[in-house]
Amino acid sequence: MLKQHLPILLVIVPLITAPLIVLLRRPLLSWMAAMLASVVTLIIAIPLLQQAVDQGVISYAIGTWPAPLGIEYRVDAANAFVALIVALMAVFVMPYCRTGIAAEVRSEEHYLFYAMMMLCLAGLLGILLTGDAFNLFVFLEISSLATYVLIAMGRDRRALVASYQYLLMGTIGATLYVIGIGLLYLQTGTLNLADLAQRLPVMGDVRATLAALAFITVGISLKIALFPLHLWLPNAYAYSPSAVSAFLAATATKVSIYVLMRYFFTIFGETVVFDARYTGTLLLALSLAAMFIPAVVAIFQKDVKRLLAYSSVSQIGYITLGISLSSVGGLTAAVAHLFNHALTKGGMFLILGGVVLRYGGASLERMAGLGRTMPIAAFAFVLGGLSLIGIPGTAGFISKWYLVTAAMEEGQWWLAGAVMLSSLLAVIYVWRFVEVAYFREPPEGSPSRGEAPLSMLLPGLAMIAACLWFGLDATWSGSMARAAAEALAGAWK
Amino acid sequence: MSGSMALAGILATPLVGLILVSLSGRSPNLREGVTLTTALVLFAQVLALYGDVAAGARPELLLLPMLPEVSLQLTAEPLGMLFGLIASGLWIISSIYSIGYMRGNKEGNQTRFFVCFAGAIFAAQGIAFAGNMLTLFLFYEAMTLITYPLVTHHGTDHAKKSARIYLGVLMGTSIVFLLTGMLATWVLAGTLDFRQGGILAGQVGATGTAVLMALYMFGIGKAALMPFHRWLPAAMVAPTPVSALLHAVAVVKAGVFSIVKVIVYVFGAENLMNLGSADWVPLIAGYTIVAASIVALRADNLKRRLAYSTVSQLSYVTLAATLLAPISIIGAAMHIAAHAVGKITLFFAAGSIYTAAHKTEVSQLDGIGRKMPWTMVAFAIGALSMIGLPPAAGFISKWYILSAAMSTEHWIAVGVLVASTLLNAGYFLPIVWRAFFREPAPEAHHDDGHGGHGHDDHHGDHGEAPWPMVLAQTVTASLTVLLFIYHEPVLRLARAVAGGE
Repeated sequence: MLKQHLPILLVIVPLITAPLIVLLRRPLLSWMAAMLASVVTLIIAIPLLQQAVDQGVISYAIGTWPAPLGIEYRVDAANAFVALIVALMAVFVMPYCRTGIAAEVRSEEHYLFYAMMMLCLAGLLGILLTGDAFNLFVFLEISSLATYVLIAMGRDRRALVASYQYLLMGTIGATLYVIGIGLLYLQTGTLNLADLAQRLPVMGDVRATLAALAFITVGISLKIALFPLHLWLPNAYAYSPSAVSAFLAATATKVSIYVLMRYFFTIFGETVVFDARYTGTLLLALSLAAMFIPAVVAIFQKDVKRLLAYSSVSQIGYITLGISLSSVGGLTAAVAHLFNHALTKGGMFLILGGVVLRYGGASLERMAGLGRTMPIAAFAFVLGGLSLIGIPGTAGFISKWYLVTAAMEEGQWWLAGAVMLSSLLAVIYVWRFVEVAYFREPPEGSPSRGEAPLSMLLPGLAMIAACLWFGLDATWSGSMARAAAEALAGAWK
Repeated sequence: MSGSMALAGILATPLVGLILVSLSGRSPNLREGVTLTTALVLFAQVLALYGDVAAGARPELLLLPMLPEVSLQLTAEPLGMLFGLIASGLWIISSIYSIGYMRGNKEGNQTRFFVCFAGAIFAAQGIAFAGNMLTLFLFYEAMTLITYPLVTHHGTDHAKKSARIYLGVLMGTSIVFLLTGMLATWVLAGTLDFRQGGILAGQVGATGTAVLMALYMFGIGKAALMPFHRWLPAAMVAPTPVSALLHAVAVVKAGVFSIVKVIVYVFGAENLMNLGSADWVPLIAGYTIVAASIVALRADNLKRRLAYSTVSQLSYVTLAATLLAPISIIGAAMHIAAHAVGKITLFFAAGSIYTAAHKTEVSQLDGIGRKMPWTMVAFAIGALSMIGLPPAAGFISKWYILSAAMSTEHWIAVGVLVASTLLNAGYFLPIVWRAFFREPAPEAHHDDGHGGHGHDDHHGDHGEAPWPMVLAQTVTASLTVLLFIYHEPVLRLARAVAGGE
């Protein structure tokens, strides 16, 4: 009985928890509520994915109003997999928040923090599951607004500017998206995604479709932080509280990438998007630029959080490169990297958060001698770095395997070289940290600071461990990525 | 069944050793006891596998299902058996030597040193028994990373800069060339298994094969084919036991081992012969042999000279393997063994000289043979092996390689081998001559030069190095001679590689 309501429950649980937290108010109670809700979300997400893989598409009519009149939730292997990633990240990040946030956010604002986290989670899950273009926009705004608040809670005053920057860019993105779906609605008279997917190909090559595609692509690309629309991202990641950086890096951009894939492959359809249009070439060019330019910028960062942020922009390039190949192999690579990079970057941000707590900042200078003062954190961070490079035995290697073989199968042999060269840039920015952490003496007179508290260290270590595990045994993640790719490329019936 | 258990044991032993060493850091004697025990157990395990593999068995072990398409797995085959035996056997001797060296020189961070050493041996065994290219690549990269802390052991700026070259070249080549080559192989052949006759045979044309060949030859940077050889002299900044076991044996042999393995089991020697796609490799290898020898000739620093000699000797293996005749493959496999025992002896001697006399330059070695006769006799035997003279192991392998070059009428290779023999004699014999026949130089100005060391022993009237070091180099020198007299077990494995039984 309950089983058929899983899609809506996944969104409802965090959505209801948010106002509940506002009522609870007490920091400890708010945290417990948020923690509980995250765990429940994960417990729902697992059988939902199982169901989606077994059954194909699950359609859920909200309030039993049938689509296309009512709002439909439409779950398949692709969005259920991404939803699982999001829920998983929430469960990793929440235990960390208890101590992590205490140092960074004033205690009377804690309940707001957790409420916003829940809204953000609900919004992200809603974006994933909904089968309605406008409902998607609503959830996009819910998650974005919550994110703006979360970023602004960073203790550095520059967090406000970062939040404001993101607010401007995010709003522009959302607006462009709405214009896009408005155009689609004008033509087809429907906002149901599955309906759109059926009607659009019949309309043929219409200029309005093309315009809608352009608006939606640019709008969503802003949220993805696809180069060169990434300018909001480094500040947002650098100045927000560490837990927020980790959660956003692992989920927010990933969800937007899912939306882009859904629109490209399921709704507009490969033929409209890629054949006889420059979309594929453009996406390829931007992905390549993303793989190289932000990676070079990352090398010159003085702040490790910013370094990771630019690295994220660069890694997003790998994902969009997979999309631009417009093959099942390419999509598999994109989804696999979405998962692997979420684990890697999430883990690295969590570890880094512990360091920031002890050292009061994330500038590379302060990391001198970290290998001696915080040996576990430093080593775990390096392991995460190896995954960014794509060393075999880490999750990052699996992504690279799929991406490069997909490019080769499409006959794009030269792309293999581009991917490899950009990994060399990752070697450089990761090794800057290694040399500072292991070859410099800890600054004079600094008291010997131990590792971060266990509640902060363990979630980070767990993610890094997962990142190694899924690098050595990717049979599950690999087959899920393949199933998700096939679901995206399929006709959604 | 028992074979796969043995493989699991071979991989697990150094790992267990690594953990125990890191736990016993407080008590150096216990720690070194653990290292030695681990090394002995490991060697016994590898040796126990020899009989089966030489008789034709190919035990397998599935490690992890890494990807839905390809898994990590181990397979024992003759070439891997050979490399596994060399790496684990010399680890015992080198551990004894390390104990003397690290204590004699009062090195810091000894626990980290022994931990990483065990890690490097773990990676070497993984490479030796890798059942497919993916597994080999995994352990290959692991080896680069685990040896990095050994290269940077002293933590100085010089060490840091050298380690940058080390990591940059090894990781750069392996990611940009080797990984690309491996993935292309996967896409083209649909498998990464090692098979007799090669998996690319009949799948790719001549040009494609040549491109893949280049990706593999330069991608396996550990084989130090020019122009990607710079990491090896850079690695000499590490303590000498590292240079001896890792940068004369385990790491570099992992490189040439991979090259032979790729040629025999991925490309297939016959396939390459038919396509002619590997014809250019002997030229590059030949160039490397001669050029590195010339650099060695001019190097005054002893370890640098030995490093360039290694670069040159590694290309012997590459050259032999790419001559593609069965007899040349035998020569390549033999040379892996012969060079290992010879070069480790040379490095051991260099380390003994440094520990006892604090001398690092060739020009300082006048008359040192009288004070350190054991060391310099061992050095002389090692040198004979490098030149390829009897009664040293190097003669045997050079014999095979030279016969292969003649029988395939590859006159360039013949010329290179002759020239290199002369060059080797040119940079090794003067050292031996200096050590035994020249009067020692007055000591005073050397003491000034090395005043910063802060060691209390007086270098002027030093004797031999600490006994564990002397013991180690005596054993390897004896092995060098022994391998000349009795090389049947090695030859048996080498034949199996070349002929497929």
